[in-house]
Amino acid sequence: MQDFASSLHSSFGMILSGDAQLWAIVLLSLRVSLTAVMIASVIGLPLGAFLAVSRFRGRQILVVMINALMGLPPVVVGLLVYLMLSNSGPLGVLQLLYTPTAMIIAQVVLITPIIAALSRQIIQVLDAEYDEQLRSIGLSRLGSIPVLLWDGRYNLLTAVLAGFGRAIAEVGAVIIVGGNINHVTRVMTTSIALETSKGNLELALALGVILLLLALIVNAAVSFIGQGARQTAYA
Amino acid sequence: MLEQVNKAVWQTSPIMDPKAPTVLELCDIRLIRDEQHLVNIPNLTIRQGAPTLIMGPNGAGKSLLLRLMHGLISPTQGRVDFDTDVQQAMVFQRPVLLRRSVAGNIDFVLKAHRIPRAVRKDRVNALLRMADLIPKARQSARTLSGGEQQRLALVRALALKPKILFLDEPTASLDPSATHAIEALIRQANDAGTKIIMVTHDPGQASRLGGEIVFLHKGQVLEQTGVSDFLTEPKSTAAKHYLAGGLLF
Ligand SMILES: Nc1ncnc2c1ncn2[C@@H]1O[C@H](COP(=O)(O)OP(=O)(O)OP(=O)(O)O)[C@@H](O)[C@H]1O
Ligand SMILES: [Mg+2]
Repeated sequence: MQDFASSLHSSFGMILSGDAQLWAIVLLSLRVSLTAVMIASVIGLPLGAFLAVSRFRGRQILVVMINALMGLPPVVVGLLVYLMLSNSGPLGVLQLLYTPTAMIIAQVVLITPIIAALSRQIIQVLDAEYDEQLRSIGLSRLGSIPVLLWDGRYNLLTAVLAGFGRAIAEVGAVIIVGGNINHVTRVMTTSIALETSKGNLELALALGVILLLLALIVNAAVSFIGQGARQTAYA
Repeated sequence: MLEQVNKAVWQTSPIMDPKAPTVLELCDIRLIRDEQHLVNIPNLTIRQGAPTLIMGPNGAGKSLLLRLMHGLISPTQGRVDFDTDVQQAMVFQRPVLLRRSVAGNIDFVLKAHRIPRAVRKDRVNALLRMADLIPKARQSARTLSGGEQQRLALVRALALKPKILFLDEPTASLDPSATHAIEALIRQANDAGTKIIMVTHDPGQASRLGGEIVFLHKGQVLEQTGVSDFLTEPKSTAAKHYLAGGLLF
């Protein structure tokens, strides 16, 4: 217990003193996950909206599949992306394995279904309300997608933040495709796993505290945005 | 069975000028859901001129009829004929306001039809003035009161100067002065050449607006006749009951 207290104490010291190694890891984590969230949003939001408003054969199957993909285990995603990027894989020539780009790819694969599935639900509810009005104005089903995305922006942001929360906190995928190489692909979660096993509790705890804070900030943002959404949705 | 029902339909001659150009024509329209004939109209012609007012009890199919005419739902059978170049607009029974400002709601419609920005600004202001909503222009549309929402929905529908305007009980739940404000806007649009096709339950409103009544009962048109004729001597027993009940309040 004494150990833990002193570790915690020195980990706060690390955070506050701006420990270079610590902040390099945090920044890399943020860079990887924010990039992944951006890419996943660019794919997932329109995809979700499309699934919400379109009526084609097989749509329901696609919806069920994407919902199922929300629960993809990160290690499986890591393994699949590894197989794609490894030297013998179809994308092996790109030499991306064990780079931050590989980690971004893995996280994009992991969270695009989350963002797409959540935004499909959000847009579908909004569309049920807007559909006839928008068609009356003369918009086609597909033409109404930009309007639905814009007017649903507050709720959609919560979907994006859910994706970010998942990306920043997962360890299984990035450790497989990133390899947890010091100064190159070592992010918060993989560092915590490694440093804990090495007994270097200060760094592990410092990173854990920052990760927790990030989770708190994301959750606070979600509920704050939720309030904004309720205000504009005021009927 | 159905044929018998059809024969029973009361065909009175329309009071509208029979030579006035046709705005809309329903031919052999049937809307069937879950084996129920929700709308069943062998023929209905709507002509240019004074407002066409649709009356009938709750669940008669009035809102469905407006949706069919506006093209929002397709009939199970039959067709609705109208000039596709003609601009239409509709105000729903429960107005749908977008999650935008009051002005943004109107601007959106104009933008969707690629009206240039310079023109849009003036048009939005003119419409806001009509609705008496200038002070609320920047407010979120969904925080407006019920009556203000109705007024906004109405002027938004007028934004593109439609030739046909469908209104589904636009003054339900409004106070008398708000009702008169809306009626003034409707009359103004009518005078400007917009064909008004409107659902109402209010006989007083019907006689104030004038025009013809289409009386709908269980999805069928039982009467199409002038407002005063309809209100003073309805032909069908269903209409007699409807009006007797209505006038008791
Ligand atoms: N999609 C649907 N499936 C089955 N029944 C429907 C559907 N839409 C409407 N109906 C039914 O059709 C009937 C007519 O509905 P409609 O909304 O046109 O009534 P209305 O005449 O406008 O009544 P109100 O005066 O209450 O507004 C109702 O009984 C309603 O339950
Ligand atoms: Mg109705």
